[in-house]
Amino acid sequence: MSPLVEIRNLSKVYVRGKQKLEVLHHVNLDIAQGDFLALMGPSGSGKTTLLNLIGGLDSPTEGTLTVAGQRIDRLGQSDLARWRAGHVGFVFQFYNLLPMLSAAKNVELPLLLTKLPAAKRRSHAAVALELVGLADRAAHKPGELSGGQQQRVAIARAIVSDPTLLVCDEPTGDLDRQSAVEVLTLLQRLNRDHGKTIVMVTHDPKAAEYATHTLHLDKGTLVETAEAPAQAAS
Amino acid sequence: MKYFNLVWSALFRRKSRTLFTLLSVLAAFLLFGLLDSVRTAFANAGHSVAGASRLITISKVSFTLELPKSLYMKIQTVPGVAEATYANWFGGIYQDPKNFFANEAVPSNFFDLYPEFHLSADELRDFQQTRTGAVVGASLAKRFHWKIGDQIPLQATIFPQKNGSNTWTFNLVGIYHVANPSERQQEDALFFHWQYFDEARAFGNGKVGWYIEKIGDPKDADRVAQAIDAIAANSDHETKTQSEDAFQASFVSQFADIGLIVGSIMGAVFFTLILLTGNTMAQAVRERIPELAILKTIGFSNRSVLAMVLAESVLLLAIGGAVGLALAELVVSIIRARLGAVPMLPVGVEIWLQGLGLMALIGLLVGVLPARRGMRLRIVDALAGR
Repeated sequence: MSPLVEIRNLSKVYVRGKQKLEVLHHVNLDIAQGDFLALMGPSGSGKTTLLNLIGGLDSPTEGTLTVAGQRIDRLGQSDLARWRAGHVGFVFQFYNLLPMLSAAKNVELPLLLTKLPAAKRRSHAAVALELVGLADRAAHKPGELSGGQQQRVAIARAIVSDPTLLVCDEPTGDLDRQSAVEVLTLLQRLNRDHGKTIVMVTHDPKAAEYATHTLHLDKGTLVETAEAPAQAAS
Repeated sequence: MKYFNLVWSALFRRKSRTLFTLLSVLAAFLLFGLLDSVRTAFANAGHSVAGASRLITISKVSFTLELPKSLYMKIQTVPGVAEATYANWFGGIYQDPKNFFANEAVPSNFFDLYPEFHLSADELRDFQQTRTGAVVGASLAKRFHWKIGDQIPLQATIFPQKNGSNTWTFNLVGIYHVANPSERQQEDALFFHWQYFDEARAFGNGKVGWYIEKIGDPKDADRVAQAIDAIAANSDHETKTQSEDAFQASFVSQFADIGLIVGSIMGAVFFTLILLTGNTMAQAVRERIPELAILKTIGFSNRSVLAMVLAESVLLLAIGGAVGLALAELVVSIIRARLGAVPMLPVGVEIWLQGLGLMALIGLLVGVLPARRGMRLRIVDALAGR
């Protein structure tokens, strides 16, 4: 069975003025359907860059990136936007909710890109909020919610359109321990009970324990570790 | 339409800033409505229904100099003149000088030359048969709550009566209507009998203010005008005959170039408005860069982001502008109801259409740069705060 995400020889070079900075260097990686992968590594190791490439937020300089059988490294900006809308849910460290919209309206956002009628959109958003345990906070605006609750709203927004893949960038980085545990438990439940494939960048080894696999990046290269030697494709 | 909630929420993200910007837009369009009402009134004053089929003959020296009534018979005999009449400016005041309206002494055939003044046959007959009879426009009657049968006393400012009295009392026998809304300022006038006026006035008897000629073929206007002016050539009362349009336009231009003045004021107002709303939109988008990045992350296309920012900008102008124009419409109707004969036309469809066009244009103009910025932002840079 072919992996959900297939990365071959992936490199990313940023050009800043006259300087070229190679952030990822010939990375090879397979992520199977239903995996919960934690990407770890020091600052500047290329974790977020790799996550952005997997999520279709950026394009590689070199190499191939196939998700669910589709080469996304070849897609132009508008095709990538369409692809993201249909295949990926995003969770960020700082929640990135729209402050003027209620929790329900924030969750509904990705559904605006579908052809669902308003009533369906509202009911889907309600189900997603129910799943993250915030049905009673649907009408609240982000400013009226705690950090942990905001992150759970962000997770509801990420899953509301039933994406193929969830990409999470330091989802607990801005949370206290208790809230972090709640969020990680929720992600774990989404992976175990709902079969969501999750790629999570984290600095926190305790957070990585919730993942089924962990990979380490250092200076733009995947480093094989004792816990997770199998993920890096040879 | 499904993005409307998103656009609306973004617009009121900073309520006080949006409110103050809306007030500025409102003030600009209120001013636009009021000034354009004045401009249109002056512009329309140069138009008449009959156009060049009606000519006006005045003294060549000055509009204020009267002409001998003896010219009347001669003018009627000029080939091409189908019918002629005349009028005198009376300049009477009703109760208070601020109640200004035009009042003129006219002969009984006057209304034959003004078919746009709709008067019933009975009212016309009463006017022709009543020596002290007067006819007023419907707007004027409404303003002073006059009805047929009322007596209207006017205080003379130019023409006292032979008995020394300055009070001229007229019996209201008819109320005329003007069907065309853009010509309705012509309802702000009172007409009474020239014969009564001429017999009762203390001086100036046997003279008229101006002649009005209806000509058979508008193409003959130049020739007929020259023939009329030839009657009094080399006399002490030489005349100048021109089309009614030209007469009214030159009369209005004595005040000022209203179009230029209004245009200049509005140009300055809208230029300031563009800078103000442009700054607001630029700030609003700058603050929301991470949010726009999130929308793009979720899958909103560059074009959608562009359209949403532009829609926000146009919506800002449309809300403020529509309220401003609605207020202008209200203010103009109050001014017209209270003061009557003011050079202001109701804020009608034409001004609304111009206003809506300006709202859309300014909205797009001030939104285009912030919208381009939102459209072109790189998600990874925006999320990283770069």
